Amino acid sequence: MTTTLPASGNPQGFVAGPDEEKGLSLWKGAWHRLRRNPSAIAGALIVLAFVVIALAAPLLTQYEPGSAEWSGEVTPTTVPGPDGDHLLGLDRFGSDLYTQLLFGARQSLVYGVVSTAIGLTAGTLLGILAGGFGGWVDTVVMRLVDIMLSVPSLLLAVSIAAVLGQNAYAIMIAIGAAQVPIFARLLRGSMLSQSRSDYVLAANALGIRRPRIVFGHVLPNALGPTIVQATLNLATAIIEVAALSFLGLGESDPAIAEWGRMLVAAQDRFDAAPQLALLPGACIAITALGFTLFGEALREALDPRTRR
Amino acid sequence: MSAESMSSGYTPNARRTGIDTPNVGGSLLSVRDLSVTFGVRGQRKVRAVDAVSFEIRPGEHLGLVGESGSGKSVTALAIMGLLPRRAVTTDGEVVYNNENILRWSPQKASALRGRDIAMVFQDPMTSLNPVVPVGTQVGEIFQRHFRVNKAESRNRSGDLLAKVGIPDPKRRLKDYPHQLSGGMRQRMLIAMALACEPRLLIADEPTTALDVTIQAQILELLKELVADTGAALLMITHDLGVVAGLCDRVNVMYSGRIVESATRGALFAEPRHPYTGGLLESIPRLDSPRGAPLRPIPGSPTQVLPWAQGCAFAPRCRNVLDVCRESTPTLDDHGDRELRCHNPLSADEPAKAGSP
Repeated sequence: MTTTLPASGNPQGFVAGPDEEKGLSLWKGAWHRLRRNPSAIAGALIVLAFVVIALAAPLLTQYEPGSAEWSGEVTPTTVPGPDGDHLLGLDRFGSDLYTQLLFGARQSLVYGVVSTAIGLTAGTLLGILAGGFGGWVDTVVMRLVDIMLSVPSLLLAVSIAAVLGQNAYAIMIAIGAAQVPIFARLLRGSMLSQSRSDYVLAANALGIRRPRIVFGHVLPNALGPTIVQATLNLATAIIEVAALSFLGLGESDPAIAEWGRMLVAAQDRFDAAPQLALLPGACIAITALGFTLFGEALREALDPRTRR
Repeated sequence: MSAESMSSGYTPNARRTGIDTPNVGGSLLSVRDLSVTFGVRGQRKVRAVDAVSFEIRPGEHLGLVGESGSGKSVTALAIMGLLPRRAVTTDGEVVYNNENILRWSPQKASALRGRDIAMVFQDPMTSLNPVVPVGTQVGEIFQRHFRVNKAESRNRSGDLLAKVGIPDPKRRLKDYPHQLSGGMRQRMLIAMALACEPRLLIADEPTTALDVTIQAQILELLKELVADTGAALLMITHDLGVVAGLCDRVNVMYSGRIVESATRGALFAEPRHPYTGGLLESIPRLDSPRGAPLRPIPGSPTQVLPWAQGCAFAPRCRNVLDVCRESTPTLDDHGDRELRCHNPLSADEPAKAGSP
């Protein structure tokens, strides 16, 4: 933002600098900064590729996932590697590895997005409750959140998955629940700090009602860090889905391809076919990296201190 | 609004003897023995405002002058009911329409704010919400106090912006605060404060954060609009130059108490309190001889004597006597003014400031 000293003889006291960012809101400004940031572009490309692969998985392969069609070719000591029919070879159950990886992306996307959405929604509600009302509501909500935080997130997810049983919804709820305290604390903190700002005092001085101040003024300013955190949490969620599957608490249907379970299955064949572990592992790592890069860049772009 | 300078000891001073001008039309707002104490249990309490009393008549322009930490902003926030509830004790009365608004419920007080009593703050850069278009911020005042719909509030907002001299107001409504210059933002904030044509406008150093060339424009605008709407003005400032151009009466505050209260003419022609005299001498003047040095008040506002022990200004005062460190001066009626001083500047001492 450019503040230009007023020229004399300008009765309005208003001079727009020639390079003043015209018509830029906070988000538009952030978008401009994002486009200039290489790690944002790298992150966005990875995320985009991941989403496209997940959505278009059936179009990118001629095989069905989890078909075990070529199980006869897998022997106790060998797993066929890449050949003309199978781009990356077979997995230990005799399915096409390439197909499994593509459909694994689909699982990760659905689990990651849904569980983060659960965590974001519940955490945002709790955060608004605590940060918007203050007083005893704040105390009660935050003690609750403290208790949730005192349990390591993966352990919390494991316990919830164990209680709710082995199905898709349980996993999403488990991972989402583990994210609730992160969002709640973050939003409450930024709402409280925004509540002390001058524009809230000014709105109060104009008699604006409290709900209007909380939802119309405080919340829009406090939401930025939460959205950044949601992007970063997608990475965590994808890793945690894999971790839960690895621990045997994930998706139980063997016909559904899932990166975490592919890692488990690859363990006893690691000597003969290391690609069975390395490729799903790389998929998890690259996807998580993409979301993290993009999230961090978004954080930087939204940070008022980096604004001109 | 720093409050670093007040003592815990406090003796209630004599009630004001009344204002010299006959109170014909009655006062619009009357502040009686207002005290504000900051402090958490177990810590030393700080009295930022100490038994301050004054009245504002309808349409009157009252100045409240003092250095940082003298309690002027805290006084304004207390009148508005905007001080935090925690760790702040407010005593005394703020009487508006024969009711003590300090004892009103938060809901009731909130309906009064912006409608009857409004306030313009010091820093236009931070007083507007950065992520909300200014039109929305102006419009919600009309929606709050007049219950009009969005379209109507947009119309009124446009008219209002035009009134404060913002060009192309309809288009400006869509702008975000960072697209406006400092002067424009302060115009916007003044527009917002005057949206409901309040009967009292409190302006807390509205020009301090602005460029000098803009300051004059903003003051002129403020003067014009206040005259148009017939609102009373409580002008809080450390700048006696602002007071000279704007105010009918002036209260000079030091360390939480009023030390001199007079009409503008009397105060500028003949400052009696050494603090007022010091403030006037520290303003550069066009008619002073070239090269004549300014005479600042020595020391800083943090060097105070607790009022309970004597005069808070004693450590910095050039007229200081032994009695100033021993007994607390009271606010006495001196005919054309009220004065809290044991050894005032004498009436025949050359007034360096002249008349406004």
